[in-house]
Amino acid sequence: MHWNKIRECMDRHELRSYQLEKLKETIDRVYHNVPSYRQKMQERGIIPEDINSLDDLKLLPFTTKQDLRDNYPYNMFATPLQEIIRIHASSGTTGKPTVVGYTRRDIANWAELMARCLAMAGGHQDSVVQIAYGYGLFTGGLGFHYGAEKIGAVVIPTSGGNTRRQIMLMRDLGTEILACTPSYALCIIEGLEAMGIKTEELKLKAGIFGAEPWSENMRAELEEKLNIKALDIYGLSEVIGPGVACECLEQQGLHIFEDFFIPEIIDPVTEEPLPEGEEGELVITTIDKEGLPVIRYRTRDITSLTYEPCACGRTHARISKLLGRTDDMLIIRGVNVFPSQIESALMAVGEAEPHYLIIVDRVNNLDTMEVWIEVSEKLFADEIRKLEQIRKQIESEIYTTLGINVKVKLVEPHTIERSEGKAKRVIDKRKI
Amino acid sequence: MFVKQISVFLENKPGKLYQVTEVLKKHSIDISAISVADTTEFGIVRMIVDKPDLAVAAIKEAKFPVSTTDVLAVEVSDKPGGLNYALKVLNDANISVEYLYSFIKRNGDKALILFRVENPSEATEVLQAAGVKLYTNEEINSL
Repeated sequence: MHWNKIRECMDRHELRSYQLEKLKETIDRVYHNVPSYRQKMQERGIIPEDINSLDDLKLLPFTTKQDLRDNYPYNMFATPLQEIIRIHASSGTTGKPTVVGYTRRDIANWAELMARCLAMAGGHQDSVVQIAYGYGLFTGGLGFHYGAEKIGAVVIPTSGGNTRRQIMLMRDLGTEILACTPSYALCIIEGLEAMGIKTEELKLKAGIFGAEPWSENMRAELEEKLNIKALDIYGLSEVIGPGVACECLEQQGLHIFEDFFIPEIIDPVTEEPLPEGEEGELVITTIDKEGLPVIRYRTRDITSLTYEPCACGRTHARISKLLGRTDDMLIIRGVNVFPSQIESALMAVGEAEPHYLIIVDRVNNLDTMEVWIEVSEKLFADEIRKLEQIRKQIESEIYTTLGINVKVKLVEPHTIERSEGKAKRVIDKRKI
Repeated sequence: MFVKQISVFLENKPGKLYQVTEVLKKHSIDISAISVADTTEFGIVRMIVDKPDLAVAAIKEAKFPVSTTDVLAVEVSDKPGGLNYALKVLNDANISVEYLYSFIKRNGDKALILFRVENPSEATEVLQAAGVKLYTNEEINSL
């Protein structure tokens, strides 16, 4: 189902001329309103009039999270504060958070984007939508909330946590669409099992899961255990929040809403643009944002881009399911490893639960990687031989995927901390 | 003619076994045989108890992975060659033993040994045919 068929299925030729017009407006605005953009453009000897085609985008300088930190809190806003009606902030793991601001129009546009995402999952005015993303400074909860209200759904703003109450409301109120992080969806599955509630008692049809990368195997698990279509959603607060891109029911990549964002894929090291289909870092330029427009924002997320038409009829490009972030990427003995690849390997073995923890250390100048896996009822065998066999099987599956040797350790259930938001998958003890 | 054995997965950490026996004590569960198999990282505690269903529920409640397995409680003469006889019967029938351990209780001058074999039904048949007595959970409880 399309929320805005005219925009979402726009002829690509038309879309490109629309993008160029909006891009020129945006560049003109940031040049005149944001000193740091103007300065960066001047350093490169560029003026807004130099941008005459979408290809000229690559003349523009990149924007990074560091730029937002350097201009903390308001210096990158392109409108006076009197026009800003909302602030969100991303968690500052290293010092100050990144603060983002929205005008009334930005909030309306965000609701439009989220309405499209919910419609992709089959949402409409009769749907019951439960939002178990955190509400507050984090963009997840409120972003979904406004979109769900826009489509006229019955919105249950449970926010994160209190799993038993979440489940009770889910069953009693007949939730059809669940929105949360994929790791929290796993908590809900555990909760259902603990409470003895069967999926047949629920009315769930779809889940929109995002805010962290998750694997195809995890999708299979979530779809089977919850009897739903599990869809991936992508976004980041610096760009707008959730709703930058979302999967349609074809599940063949996430449509990035090109009437609001221009995506590029670059080599994260050389910073050169990469051709269609190649994996690299996603770079986004917002072309319809007032409060905080970003030009060539380095997302640090690794994906690829395709412009192939999609069976759903939408013409907007698709990014592949996110593999991970350049920040989450571990380099183990020179091999690039994403936690999502470990998850894939675990789930391929079948017996393992998707609760895992990666512990990286350095022993005698050599990187070591240990993967902790909880022993579930399903996995537990009375014979040591069988347990060892499962352990070895997981080790060899990881070796096949990544080409590195890891040590798998079986731990008791509930040893690994459960997450109600983004899961913590990695402990890196290396002192480099 | 099987006996229900309880197996519990434990991480190889101080105090883990104690946590399990605490649970059993709290529910007044009597252990009549116990063995611990360990590796560097984890161990499996295997037990025969008087109230197996209650024990499973209580251990599960304490969040330990637990499972039940059918094992054979075999009576052997407590003298040289006693165990050897039972093993010969199984060996002749080509049945492998996965592991075995002994009971704390005995029946007069007879010792009781627990056998986990790859094929418990066939093992029961050949042992009984060779005149070896096997015990049920109830018989063990009444000793």
